[in-house]
Amino acid sequence: MIELQHINKVYHSNTGDLQALTDINLSIGEGEIFGIIGLSGAGKSTLVRCINMLETPTSGTVLVDGQDMTKMSPSQLRKARQNIGMIFQHFNLLSSRTVYGNIAFPLEIQGKSGDEIKKKVDSLLELVGLTDRRDHYPSQLSGGQKQRVGIARALASDPKVLLCDEATSALDPQTTESILELLRDINKRLNITIVMITHQMNVVKEICDHVAVIEAGRIIEEGSLYEVFTNPKNPTTKEFVASTRTDIVPDLVKQMSLHKPYKPGDKALVRLHFLGDSAGEPVIAVLIKKYNVDVNILSGNVETLQNIPYGTLLIGMDADEQHMKDAMDYLRSLSLQIEVIGYVS
Amino acid sequence: MSANMVNMLLRSLGETCYMVLVSAALATLFGMPLGVILTVTGKGHILENKVINRSLGAVVNATRSTPFIILMVAIIPLTRLIVGSSIGTTAAIVPLTISATPFIARIIESSLLEVDPGVIEAAESMGASPMQIIWKVLLPESMHSIVLGVTLAMISLIGSSAMAGALGGGGLGDLAIRYGYQRFQADTMVATVIILIVLVQLVQTVGNRISAHLNKTKIK
Ligand SMILES: Nc1ncnc2c1ncn2[C@@H]1O[C@H](COP(=O)(O)OP(=O)(O)OP(=O)(O)O)[C@@H](O)[C@H]1O
Ligand SMILES: [Mg+2]
Repeated sequence: MIELQHINKVYHSNTGDLQALTDINLSIGEGEIFGIIGLSGAGKSTLVRCINMLETPTSGTVLVDGQDMTKMSPSQLRKARQNIGMIFQHFNLLSSRTVYGNIAFPLEIQGKSGDEIKKKVDSLLELVGLTDRRDHYPSQLSGGQKQRVGIARALASDPKVLLCDEATSALDPQTTESILELLRDINKRLNITIVMITHQMNVVKEICDHVAVIEAGRIIEEGSLYEVFTNPKNPTTKEFVASTRTDIVPDLVKQMSLHKPYKPGDKALVRLHFLGDSAGEPVIAVLIKKYNVDVNILSGNVETLQNIPYGTLLIGMDADEQHMKDAMDYLRSLSLQIEVIGYVS
Repeated sequence: MSANMVNMLLRSLGETCYMVLVSAALATLFGMPLGVILTVTGKGHILENKVINRSLGAVVNATRSTPFIILMVAIIPLTRLIVGSSIGTTAAIVPLTISATPFIARIIESSLLEVDPGVIEAAESMGASPMQIIWKVLLPESMHSIVLGVTLAMISLIGSSAMAGALGGGGLGDLAIRYGYQRFQADTMVATVIILIVLVQLVQTVGNRISAHLNKTKIK
């Protein structure tokens, strides 16, 4: 649905040129929820704004639904933009219009008739659950409600693509949850392609199918949510993934001076990742019975990523040198991933 | 105060209102598009155009820096051409309009610049044309602030109209000078001053009310 090919973006200013994007290549499939995550200043907003040409790429091709956005005349571009909805961190609603008026705005721009507008807006109000706020002004709404108006407005022209630039960053966790739920629901119901820009890995984890990590204007890692989450390769990606862990290494463990590599007599602190079918392995029992390891479970967690179960377990292992080695070999031989956090003597 | 004097006060008040209202309406009519052009051709705005922006800005500034009394005399030929005479209430409307137009243009420009760029961008992302952005975003979003600006312009027009009166334009200023000053009728002087104060208050109050009504960012 969206193809970005060799996108470069350079900002020229008095203080010099700034390369905001470097050779970005992305392919986003129809009906996908695609997350783009990066730290502040990484170039996320620039990238998403290149998709609907709010920012013109310095070079490269942007294909949306097969059309090259970079080669359009202003009026063709306006037409094409009606196929691409966008929602914003700060909602950007018209303060002089009611909820109804805001949602009607894109339809008015397209010259739709009053009847048509009314029908569409009423059904959108229903979709986002704001029918009772129809005649309120934005200043009378909460952040979450404003974003719902933003979503309804973006959907008014039945776009094929929805761009979200930090759509939940100004909201509290609960409201974020409900907005993400709404987006997921819309994605399923309307098969609309969603591009989610965020700096919150939790948001990506919650709804994305695919994720790309952007750093200093480059895509440093990309893959299905499951791949990236369970097997992050780049240090920045690892940090993002770690930021969503609920089994934060307990403070007590942190205070122990962990070291690597292993010295005989050490205890090991290990995190096990159970992916998909490996979730059924009786790992702990085998460690204890077969390898004579004392296992101390420090914390554990199971969640689902794209509907696949994914568990993590933080354990301490204590055994003599030979058993420790054998146990480690056993763990490595399994289809689960293991991460040795360190050793304590 | 004689009934005759009361009549004259009323007639002068009518003349002042006529001059101020008509010139304010005309100046808004001319100043609005100028203000819009000044805004949208500005740096980074929807129709950025350095040449138009600079030259229009220069004309506006030149007109604004000419004192009203000089402007009024300087454009007497133009006034004659338009109204057929350079004396009288209607004739005063020409210099009043010309002096208020650039003022209103700048006021409208600064109101339009207050519109959140994010909102303009949202409209662009929906495929709005520059004209649609002007009519459906910029003007409605800043109308409450424009109304306050026009109110300000009207109050300054009340002042200028008194000056225009001194040059044979009629109105309260004319009355105050001819009777209050030249014929030493202190009560007439006091009466016109009071009427002017009330008039200014009234205009300001009405302007504030309308603006508050239009401002939807503050309703709770
Ligand atoms: N209009 C501009 N002119 C010059 N530089 C810009 C402009 N817009 C963005 N930049 C620069 O481009 C880089 C990327 O900015 P961008 O806004 O895309 O980052 P971001 O990932 O969205 O960050 P954030 O999470 O803070 O929103 C930054 O270094 C920023 O300073
Ligand atoms: Mg950003």
